Amino acid sequence: MSETPPDALPVVPLPDVPTIIDSQEGIWGNTSPDVSGFGGLARRYDMPGQVAPPLEGWFAVVDQAISAKVPDAVLARFVDRGELTLRVRPDLLPELARVLRDDPYLRFEVCGSVSGVHYPAQVGSELHAVYHLLSITHNRRLRLEVAVPETNPHVPSVTATWPMANWHERETYDMFGIIFDGHPGLTRILMPDDWVGWPQRKDYPLGGIDVQFKGASTPAADNRRSYAR
Amino acid sequence: MTDIHMENLGNPDEFVAGGADWEDIVTAARQRADDTIVVNMGPQHPSTHGVLRLVLELDGETVIGARPAIGFLHSGIEKTTEFRSWTQACVLLTRTSYVAGMHNEAVYSLAVDKLLGITAEMPARANALRVLMMEVNRIASHLTAVGACGLELGATSVQEVCLRERERVLEFTEAVTGLRMNNAYIRPGGVAVDLPVNGVDLIRELVKQLRKNLPEVGQFTLENPIFKARLQGVGYMDLTQCMSLGMSGPVLRATGYPWDLRKTQPYCDYETYDFDVCTADTCDSYGRWVIRLNEMEESVKIIEQCAVKLEATAGQPYRIEDARLAATSDLSVAADGQGNSLAHVKHIMGDSMEGLIHHFKRNTQGFTVPPGQVYQAIEAPPGELGCHVVSDGGARPYRVHMRDPGFNALQAVPMVCEGGMLSDAVVALGSLDTVMGGVDR
Repeated sequence: MSETPPDALPVVPLPDVPTIIDSQEGIWGNTSPDVSGFGGLARRYDMPGQVAPPLEGWFAVVDQAISAKVPDAVLARFVDRGELTLRVRPDLLPELARVLRDDPYLRFEVCGSVSGVHYPAQVGSELHAVYHLLSITHNRRLRLEVAVPETNPHVPSVTATWPMANWHERETYDMFGIIFDGHPGLTRILMPDDWVGWPQRKDYPLGGIDVQFKGASTPAADNRRSYAR
Repeated sequence: MTDIHMENLGNPDEFVAGGADWEDIVTAARQRADDTIVVNMGPQHPSTHGVLRLVLELDGETVIGARPAIGFLHSGIEKTTEFRSWTQACVLLTRTSYVAGMHNEAVYSLAVDKLLGITAEMPARANALRVLMMEVNRIASHLTAVGACGLELGATSVQEVCLRERERVLEFTEAVTGLRMNNAYIRPGGVAVDLPVNGVDLIRELVKQLRKNLPEVGQFTLENPIFKARLQGVGYMDLTQCMSLGMSGPVLRATGYPWDLRKTQPYCDYETYDFDVCTADTCDSYGRWVIRLNEMEESVKIIEQCAVKLEATAGQPYRIEDARLAATSDLSVAADGQGNSLAHVKHIMGDSMEGLIHHFKRNTQGFTVPPGQVYQAIEAPPGELGCHVVSDGGARPYRVHMRDPGFNALQAVPMVCEGGMLSDAVVALGSLDTVMGGVDR
């Protein structure tokens, strides 16, 4: 007869951070008239891999070292495709950055890139600043993600800790309108200084004109009907 | 009216230079005592490697302030990928840092492979072909960096040798991919076409030529006293400075730190190749120059090993065996570039109605990628080339961000130029190996 199984670990509910990327209704997306009978089809696409601590391998080392130094900074953890993403609180980001760079268990010396992503479906936290960190000492990579609302897109700058983030933050400001507070010179970098709008947001049009050929007209790329989304 | 024709018109920042005796002009200028001038170098200056604008504040010939201004070549490539299929994005992204285009395709394809979860299943031949083309492309890129730097110093023969060799490298690239540049050869799921029938012979021939001719660049320069005087001690960045600005590639390795992603975070089976990481301990432009020359020799070694692997894997698949991923690469190389292979055209037009339907469906809508985000980094010729890809589960990328090494490296321009001579600024900038197509995207 089998022994009594050990008590299961208490199930900790995952923190409730928005993870939705996009949703879809009907088979063709939401713009075209649907005659297929699949109009009631509804799908939701989420950022996968949210996990509860304890993590595995060196992910746990990093997670515990952060929790010991800046306890409330991490909102959620994602382990997906072998990569660790930490969703962190914007207000604690400078403190966290300093710890990530200087703590001997962390030593993320390089903030290789800051890129923005716009998720219009995540109402209240549409704009994400994503930091790609590299620890040359430990040969590890880590991703930090900060989500802020479109209406108040303020993130503290990390240039005091990682001077190389200077231009990357400027580019993210230029393209997404995320304002990095405390940046030494937050100006547009790729677009002209007097440009209006944030070109890489999803609601900013790609531009382009319809293509006319032998009487038929093909819409510009951003107005073309998309199959399979 | 006085006789001095260089008068201050009320505004201290403004003066009018008229005709006068040179002595009087010099005296008047001395009396003004503001002897710095601001010079715009670029965006059309040939020695700025493209459309880079440097705002230089000069005290005599000494650079006391250098501010790079970029964006003149911004073409919205990242945004445009969001409206194209996953495969079409390759065609766009290869045009970012176009001198090392193969690496742009590779980093993007590796990122999409990771999103698709097929990295481990990649056939050995696909990896060998990717490595082959990346290393061939590394030689072309280093030859451009080395040659352009030589030209800027007035060493035109160096540029001639480099252009000659690069042309041979590009001819090989054309024989394999159909195009000299902007190849769109490395794609998610593998590569576009298999090596041509005589491919291994072509590699052997290329290796023989490079072995013979590449040392010529070093013979011209390495012991040349004028050349050394121009490069040694110029553009100095030690390890502390490199770490503070996130430098990578030859600039970081010139400090003696052997950080090469091909060794430290291998991809495409690089761990199975035998090659050395080249370093120098001079922290200056000369060290970076020597590293680039040595790295080309190491690339030749890798290319030779690729030939062995490609011989061993002849006839094996060069891409993932998945009809959806393979669809857009049923290609062949013809005299005018890539095109649908005749066998494929015969199949869909003559043999199979189903085949035609599938061809149409797969080529119009492409394949979908499960939702998620990844960051992939590879060792491009100028340093760490990263690619952040987000998928929403659809047939188009949700967001693609290229972390270009040149974009990051240009932040170091004030550090390597200020306090030096104006002529050294050109050398220091050249040693960073920035390509504006990648910087501005």
